[in-house]
Amino acid sequence: MIEEFLGVSVEKLLQSAGETIYMVGFSLILGALLGAVIAILLWLTRKGGLQENKIAYGIINGVINIIRSTPFIILLVCVMPVTKFIVGTRIGTKAAIVPLVIYIAPYLARLIETSLLEVGNGIVEAAKSMGANTFQIIIHFVLPEAFASIILALTTGTIGLIGATAMAGYIGGGGVGNLALTYGYQMFNFRLMFFTVVVLIAFVWLIQSLGNTLARKRRVHE
Amino acid sequence: MIRFENLSKTFYNKKQSFEALKDVSFEIEKGDIYGIIGYSGAGKSTLVRMINALETPTSGKVFVDGKDVNTFNKKELQNLRKGIGMIFQQFNLLESKNIYDNVAIPLKLNGVSKEEIDKRVNELLEFVELSDKKLSYPNQLSGGQKQRVGIARALATNPSILLCDEATSALDPKTTESILELLKKVNEVFHITIVIITHEMNVIQKICNKVAVMDYGRVVETGDVLSVFANPQSEIAKHFVRNLIRDTIPEPLVESIKNEKRNGRLLRIKLQNTDSTEPLLWEINRRFEVETNILYSTINVIQGIVVGIMLVHFVGSDEEINGAENYIIQSGEEYREVALA
Repeated sequence: MIEEFLGVSVEKLLQSAGETIYMVGFSLILGALLGAVIAILLWLTRKGGLQENKIAYGIINGVINIIRSTPFIILLVCVMPVTKFIVGTRIGTKAAIVPLVIYIAPYLARLIETSLLEVGNGIVEAAKSMGANTFQIIIHFVLPEAFASIILALTTGTIGLIGATAMAGYIGGGGVGNLALTYGYQMFNFRLMFFTVVVLIAFVWLIQSLGNTLARKRRVHE
Repeated sequence: MIRFENLSKTFYNKKQSFEALKDVSFEIEKGDIYGIIGYSGAGKSTLVRMINALETPTSGKVFVDGKDVNTFNKKELQNLRKGIGMIFQQFNLLESKNIYDNVAIPLKLNGVSKEEIDKRVNELLEFVELSDKKLSYPNQLSGGQKQRVGIARALATNPSILLCDEATSALDPKTTESILELLKKVNEVFHITIVIITHEMNVIQKICNKVAVMDYGRVVETGDVLSVFANPQSEIAKHFVRNLIRDTIPEPLVESIKNEKRNGRLLRIKLQNTDSTEPLLWEINRRFEVETNILYSTINVIQGIVVGIMLVHFVGSDEEINGAENYIIQSGEEYREVALA
């Protein structure tokens, strides 16, 4: 019945959903790790930071700005040689993860940097007064204090990733967004197109609520 | 125990430079509760941060236990800071951790075992009377309770010095009092030297034995609290003392004294070691032909000593008033003639 209504097989739907989850999941984990590291480097080297370093900050900051201002579809093509080197192929769901990580890591780095900056100077000073070293300050003080805000940053990043995966169809990444585009829009199957959009809305809604709840739990102790 | 030697600190901006400390030299002895008072921008925050080397001087030296803290390597610096607790105006507790974990943090940083942490944290929470709040979070506590947690945290590593950076400035008077009581207890029970920076004279009056008065980066006056209170030398010290002990005459009274046709003199009398201000005036009235009119009178307890300040208008002949003045001196008290503005 669903197949008649939408014009595609249930397997195809499930496969697309699986591809989206696969791409978003992997690139989120890798991107978040990379983004967190970059964010910490920015936080440390910024003016007035614990390891102030104008040159290092300038380079990291510049690279982030360059990547973030490149449209994802262009980035997708530009990093193909890197993709080939890492994954062994330029196309497919797996191959899509490389550009997705490169796209999302700088974005997450920015968001996480903001989260880290929200932690007051007083906390850092208190940490120093206890004799904590830089590593301890980050692990025991700054990251736990910024955690709720980082969860919200990751939520925003995840939703951005879902949007980006639609374009991953261009290199054969598949996914729900691609389904809407090729089977829906390009084949004039508007029923399918709207259905997938509704599914995507549900996805995003769910993720945002989850993020909000987790962050709230962490922040408000009732 | 803590000695500042010709300490100066200049902060450089793009275009401007700001001298936060100018040639500061004085000493804090073991067991002192040393108050550093000054208005904001006087340099007291910078000064106190020199003790645990959170700030480094532009020139001059800071000695803690005889050692110049600015020659320390990383490891020595960590040890120094372990021996110096610090509490803050904004408490600086970790909002993401409960009270127990907040107090445990300095111990965790030092790799203390779980059992020992548990023992020490419970001990400390009992000392600051917050055992029942162990599992609460900072945002569920009042300001006073938060500062108690701050104190417990600062004491965790058994420091010999406790630095208080405007620790009571965010608290109401009643809570301030209870925190000051607690600090006094810290000093008495653990023999910890306490350095307090504040802009409130009553904090100095309540618990400090020594005080340094700061103004625009300079220490303009140091001494024990009693003598600074009784005889402030610098303008700024006089100003701070005046906040507690008024010696200006209210405007309407000035008028009425000026209109007084009879001969008179205005005296500011300082009484020390007395239980009451009454016998002196009563004696004066009995012995001399003078009328005594009290314009202002106050009694303060400073370091356990009762200090009374009275502003009295004496009316009578010069001869009689001279006699009264002599009598004040004979009784072991002090007076100063005050001119009308």
